[in-house]
Amino acid sequence: VLHTTRALHTAQQRLAPLPPLPEKGGEVRYGLIPEEFFQFLYPKTGVTGPYMLGTGLLLYFLSKEIYVINHETVAAACILSVIIYGIKKYGSDVAAFADKLNEEKVAKALSVKNEAIKDLETAIEQEKKEQWRVEGCKYLFDSKRNNVAMLLETNYRERLLTVYNEVKKRLDYQVAMQNLKRQKEQDHMIQWVERNVAQSITPQQQKESIAKCILDLKALSKTAQAAV
Amino acid sequence: GPLSERRLMDVRLGELPAWLATCDLSPQGLLGGVRKAWSSYYDKYINVKRGGPAGISMLLAGYCLLSYGWNYQHIKCHRWRKYH
Repeated sequence: VLHTTRALHTAQQRLAPLPPLPEKGGEVRYGLIPEEFFQFLYPKTGVTGPYMLGTGLLLYFLSKEIYVINHETVAAACILSVIIYGIKKYGSDVAAFADKLNEEKVAKALSVKNEAIKDLETAIEQEKKEQWRVEGCKYLFDSKRNNVAMLLETNYRERLLTVYNEVKKRLDYQVAMQNLKRQKEQDHMIQWVERNVAQSITPQQQKESIAKCILDLKALSKTAQAAV
Repeated sequence: GPLSERRLMDVRLGELPAWLATCDLSPQGLLGGVRKAWSSYYDKYINVKRGGPAGISMLLAGYCLLSYGWNYQHIKCHRWRKYH
């Protein structure tokens, strides 16, 4: 059962970051005897104490022949002298070379770390830019919504105009029909009245009216002649 | 501090048997002690940024002394003087 309420990995890790290696090792005198031995004997015997101890021990071993001088001693002396000469002559060069190798290793690791940090920083900046863009989306959507509303309004008004035109056409038709009907009725009535009047004039009346017209014309001509 | 937790160099001469009694002398304990000594020697003289010849020269010197001690019985035959 995993207690998910417990906080995991919160304390600083024990080995991270790794403590750096110490610069120099423990002090060693003549390459063989650590300094601690000299410091250990210093309070009681001063500076020359360990050297006296070493000389005494050496003479004791030689005189009691606990250390026997044989061919191996000569060989050891030659080997040691060659080794010491080599170290004294080329020691610093080898140390510089090893230091350079170490430097390269450290520089490579450091460059990897810096590259990673730079990449992450650019990623962070791009992320922030994306967030800024998202804020701009609001305006984009507002303008799009405005466009859509305008399209809807335009469409609605077009249809309103169509409806109006259609209704007007139908009403005009009705009006034209009524006008036509009245016109036809009027014409028909006028013709009927004229026909009936023309029929009612009998020939007798026609002769009488023509005689009366002639008499009127004679009277008029008399008065006209008199005027001239 | 208490006797069992002190290191060997901090123990007085008179307390040495008591200190030896408190330390772990089983095989695992001895092995652990050897491992700790080896790793502390390494951390002091070899795992450093700028070490010198001291690190391995001490190990070689110790090896020379050990091998001389193992072959002493054979070397004793090549002594120069008869009486010491």
